[in-house]
Amino acid sequence: MALELQKPLQERAPSPASPRTLFEKIWQEHVVCEPPGQPPLLYVDLHLVHEVTSPQAFDGLRAAGRRVRQPQRTLVTVDHNVPTTPGHLPITDPIAARQMEALRRNCQEFGLTLYDIDSPDQGIVHVIGPELGATQPGLTIVCGDSHTSTHGAFGALAFGIGTSEVEHVLATQCLPQQKPRTMEIRINGSLPEGVSAKDLVLGIIGTIGTDGATGHVVEYTGEAVRGLSMEGRMTVCNMSIEAGARAGMVAPDEVTFNHLRGRRFAPKDAAWDEAVARWRGLKSDAAARYDKVVEIDAASLAPFVTWGTNPGMVVPVTGRVPDPATARSAAERGAAERALEYMALAPGTAIEEINVDRVFIGSCTNSRLEDLRAAARVARGHKVNPKVRALVVPGSQAVKRDAEREGLDQIFRAAGFEWRDSGCSMCLGMNPDVLQPGERCASTSNRNFEGRQGRGGRTHLVSPMMAAAAAIEGHFTDIRRWRFQ
Amino acid sequence: MKAFRMHTGLVAPLDRANVDTDQIIPKEFLKRIERTGFGEFLFYDWRRRPDRTLDPDFVLNQPRYQGASILLTDRNFGCGSSREHAPWALDDFGFRAIIAPSFADIFANNCVKNGLLTVVLPEAQVATIMKRSQEVEGYRATVDLEQRQVRDDFGLTASFEIDDFSRRCLLEGLDDIGLTLQHEAEIAAYEARRFGAR
Ligand code: SF4
Repeated sequence: MALELQKPLQERAPSPASPRTLFEKIWQEHVVCEPPGQPPLLYVDLHLVHEVTSPQAFDGLRAAGRRVRQPQRTLVTVDHNVPTTPGHLPITDPIAARQMEALRRNCQEFGLTLYDIDSPDQGIVHVIGPELGATQPGLTIVCGDSHTSTHGAFGALAFGIGTSEVEHVLATQCLPQQKPRTMEIRINGSLPEGVSAKDLVLGIIGTIGTDGATGHVVEYTGEAVRGLSMEGRMTVCNMSIEAGARAGMVAPDEVTFNHLRGRRFAPKDAAWDEAVARWRGLKSDAAARYDKVVEIDAASLAPFVTWGTNPGMVVPVTGRVPDPATARSAAERGAAERALEYMALAPGTAIEEINVDRVFIGSCTNSRLEDLRAAARVARGHKVNPKVRALVVPGSQAVKRDAEREGLDQIFRAAGFEWRDSGCSMCLGMNPDVLQPGERCASTSNRNFEGRQGRGGRTHLVSPMMAAAAAIEGHFTDIRRWRFQ
Repeated sequence: MKAFRMHTGLVAPLDRANVDTDQIIPKEFLKRIERTGFGEFLFYDWRRRPDRTLDPDFVLNQPRYQGASILLTDRNFGCGSSREHAPWALDDFGFRAIIAPSFADIFANNCVKNGLLTVVLPEAQVATIMKRSQEVEGYRATVDLEQRQVRDDFGLTASFEIDDFSRRCLLEGLDDIGLTLQHEAEIAAYEARRFGAR
């Protein structure tokens, strides 16, 4: 397929006098027009589509007799519903099969390339976009999925949309958008040993709350963010939505360019050099202002574990389940009490004393090669606790192949982890991987909402290393004291 | 899309903050490929006990709130996943408006596209309405989009803000894709300028 994403600009916008943030630069370049009485029309460079949020959008197109305006800017895959047990075809869930079949028909009818279940490129949409090099700096990227914020790690403006908006983008390649506000989250200093990108973002959400960034596009800055790999930056941007943010982004730099170079849809040869020269300008001007600024000291961060039913309910692994009586308001107290009841935890319980039944390493937050390497380093030479069932689900078929080439699958298998095919899997349990009522899970995914991983299931969000360690110990344990072998 | 001008109806109080879209419509019901029929799955895990029978204690199951068409709730309603199945389920269940101190962005967008009005009121006013809806059996309120007001029979007149475009779309029940397509020439010119002639 010919994805055409980064043809050079024919005409550069005149550089405005006032200093601009990274977000503003991308925003301005993508405003098609500003009709009076309407929000600006924003052009969409890349539209990612999956099976769950698209069928009704294609129906809408059909009903109105509309076509897909830019098939070559539309990347389609199946991820949410796919079973991840090896040799999983045919699909046994008839409703899931119907949804995937609908996507196949829609792709055919509207002339879209589909990375189907048997494609070597299949995977979670937020893993394969970057993997194929479709995710690039300076682009506007949307998808009918809230974790589209992941792609902001490349210095793109990427955000989740609903199905009506999916239809809008298919038909027009544009979205009417109110301009969001901007927020800088600056992480000073470097991350302490054993503290991963996941812990960083959990720490951020714990600090600003699950609606701390609502209405804002967040730019992550500071030494600790610069020090992250692309995988780490994706983990952080991925969970921006968990703080309510419209999008999260990191200005591109050498780390970004090195990661992108040579990927399938990345510009080649002279076009590459030209693109990199252009991308180097994609950073906030020194004097640019954000509507809101939050600063966090990296040294204050630790490996985190969530104790409640939203990602902001989080404490260091060395901490204890908080007492609702100490909450700041009646509403917070009520929410904490409800959460503890659902999670079946008593206030004051030491986190390291909480036993787990299941462990899930995967999801668009933490299923990339680096995540699996980190987990495998912990698992090497150990055995999963006999009371625990642990699952490793690579984010894409490509991640799976790479991991197998390095022998990570052997390490996991030898330790007693199940090694699966790629997909969303137990992140939301739309496929057969679900928690049973009352089961407790250490999960590298992004949402610990009630029932997210299965009705009555109890989810604790952690980093890949912390998840692997919990699988082996049978309870949470501080990775900073791990016996690596 | 369905238009919204003014609506008077029974108010159901859902006194919880951070209600996420996984609660509004759990994932096992996302596999339908239609837009309709999601109402019976609304708040499924809260409305139903593990054996799938109705939980009589849950607010929407109480006799006094049957037929409610205005949902009153706490801050950050609709956080989490972008699933438009959430407003579809609320709409299908019979809700026309939701009042809260704040909403998650994507959810609020999705509501507008489905003729469902999200009304943001200050916490103190939400608390007042919450109290009345719990204390006064059959408590009704009026949501008036033209006047941008919420009113009741107990002297409440609360003004709310909404951006002009969303208001117009709701008042007129506009198809916003049609509106965007009126700018086809500008879109084509933009594409030509950025990507060159094809
Ligand atoms: S892995 Fe989980 S959060 Fe990510 S796209 Fe899939 S279901 Fe959504």
